[in-house]
Amino acid sequence: MATAEARGAHLGRLERSALTGVLVREAVNYSSYWKSSTFSSTVEPTIYLLAFGFGFGSLVSTIGGYDYVDFVGTGTVATAVLFSSAFPAMFGTFVKYQFQRTYDAILAAPVDTEELVTAEALWIATRAGVYGCVPMLVAMVFGLDPSWGMLAVPFIGWVAGFGWACFGISIAGYAKSFENFNYVVSAVLTPLFLLAGSFFPLDNFPQWAQVLANLNPLHHCVVLVRHAVFGWDGWKDLARLGALAVFGLLVWRIAIHAMTRKLID
Amino acid sequence: MADLAIRLRGVVKRYGAITAVDGLDLDVPEGTCVGLLGPNGAGKSTTMRLLTAQAIADEGELEVLGFRLPEESKQARAQCGVVPQLDNLDTTLTVEQNLLVFAHLYRIERSERREAIERALEMSKLVGRRDARVDKLSGGMRRRLLIARALVHRPRLALLDEPTVGLDPQVRQELWALIDALRSEGTTILMSTHYIEEAQRLADTVLIMSHGSAVAAGPPSDLVLEHAGHEVLEVYGPPARLAEVEAEAGAAGMRTRRTGTSISILGVDGTNGFTIDGERRPANLEDVFVLLTGEEIA
Repeated sequence: MATAEARGAHLGRLERSALTGVLVREAVNYSSYWKSSTFSSTVEPTIYLLAFGFGFGSLVSTIGGYDYVDFVGTGTVATAVLFSSAFPAMFGTFVKYQFQRTYDAILAAPVDTEELVTAEALWIATRAGVYGCVPMLVAMVFGLDPSWGMLAVPFIGWVAGFGWACFGISIAGYAKSFENFNYVVSAVLTPLFLLAGSFFPLDNFPQWAQVLANLNPLHHCVVLVRHAVFGWDGWKDLARLGALAVFGLLVWRIAIHAMTRKLID
Repeated sequence: MADLAIRLRGVVKRYGAITAVDGLDLDVPEGTCVGLLGPNGAGKSTTMRLLTAQAIADEGELEVLGFRLPEESKQARAQCGVVPQLDNLDTTLTVEQNLLVFAHLYRIERSERREAIERALEMSKLVGRRDARVDKLSGGMRRRLLIARALVHRPRLALLDEPTVGLDPQVRQELWALIDALRSEGTTILMSTHYIEEAQRLADTVLIMSHGSAVAAGPPSDLVLEHAGHEVLEVYGPPARLAEVEAEAGAAGMRTRRTGTSISILGVDGTNGFTIDGERRPANLEDVFVLLTGEEIA
């Protein structure tokens, strides 16, 4: 009997061709639903922007030194990133393994769970990076001035989106049913999203709350986007980017662990 | 002796208190079609999942195409095609898009991708439906696409898990022709089924599974001869009469099996002194199956 060595090179971990295969599947599927997905990713942040921008904007014209529309327009980039990463990751992952059994089909091909999860997160992160720019573009229509730093925004959205995608995949991996998501949305995502500094600055919060905010990855995303648009804050911003990267790497490994438990008996 | 495409020795897989596969030995020589026959819950699907490392065995040795599982499973999977029991096609994509995705997942070179997809479309007779969305296809077409998708990269080994379950007879025959064509091309096939006719028609050798292990293995005709002889006497009657016949045959040292409305006395070949009236018919694999896997439905 021929030995394994004689039958071809050893296939390693995180192979490019395996990642590509999963990404191609997502891209081809995206071609069948991009309209609805783009619609919701654009309309939701626009509504937030209009509601908060004109609602609060009529009461307060400037906040923390920014025009309120500029403040919310940049702040809701993080909201858009969250909505287009954590939510699709949570629901999409659950649907794909539970109802469509897509992952069974993919894992029967030469793709490991680690590659599957990584490729799914990369795909969602890329979408989040693009869709995350929408509120900023809408804000530009309402008077936000263009700046070179804006070019960094898709990248910031991508890094944050990767983490939130892995977060969503992890939740889907540990969840026993769809209903479990309610706890996560109410108890985790909603507070993080409201206390990220998107709609109001956190400066007036007590000291302990401001310290805690530094544990909220979404808060770093909000601040980084604002600084990208209005001016960087040196080392502090680099530290924030590092925090986002650490968050991403950590939940990436958790997501792989969760999905391996789920998919491999 | 030919190389083995699959070699399992003493494989055990437990789910909590349940032992789904219990000391299974299985040999699939290259270029043959082996049927894994067993009632529901015998461990066929778990065995299939073990072969792609989607389930990890608790004990035993597993080799697929010369690769040790689970460590080298990815290399093995690259040369396997899997047809799952439950349809997991991408339903909002077209027939061709489904094949394209798997051409990528199975790492077919760019220059060969087009040709591989065309070949798969032709094999599954879906050339005319290439642009149809999967959710617009009939059940039979979806099954054919599921098989074509598994074969797009011309695997050396095809794993078919209940390939015709829940389909009407016409569609089933269509799929048998497809599987038979695959076999004649020299692809090794392991097929699980609980349809006896399917195993009898397609498999070179059959392995009968019950409660997670093999209870008999061999070419269908040999198994029939060994366990049920040439002829079977089938006796009809009211339940009380059947019980009588059963006792009488048992006393004469004959094996029997119930068939619902009748009782079959196995291996009655040349038994002249036997006085029970009934219909003689050739023994078949179903007789062996019921005899070996038990009459009670678990």
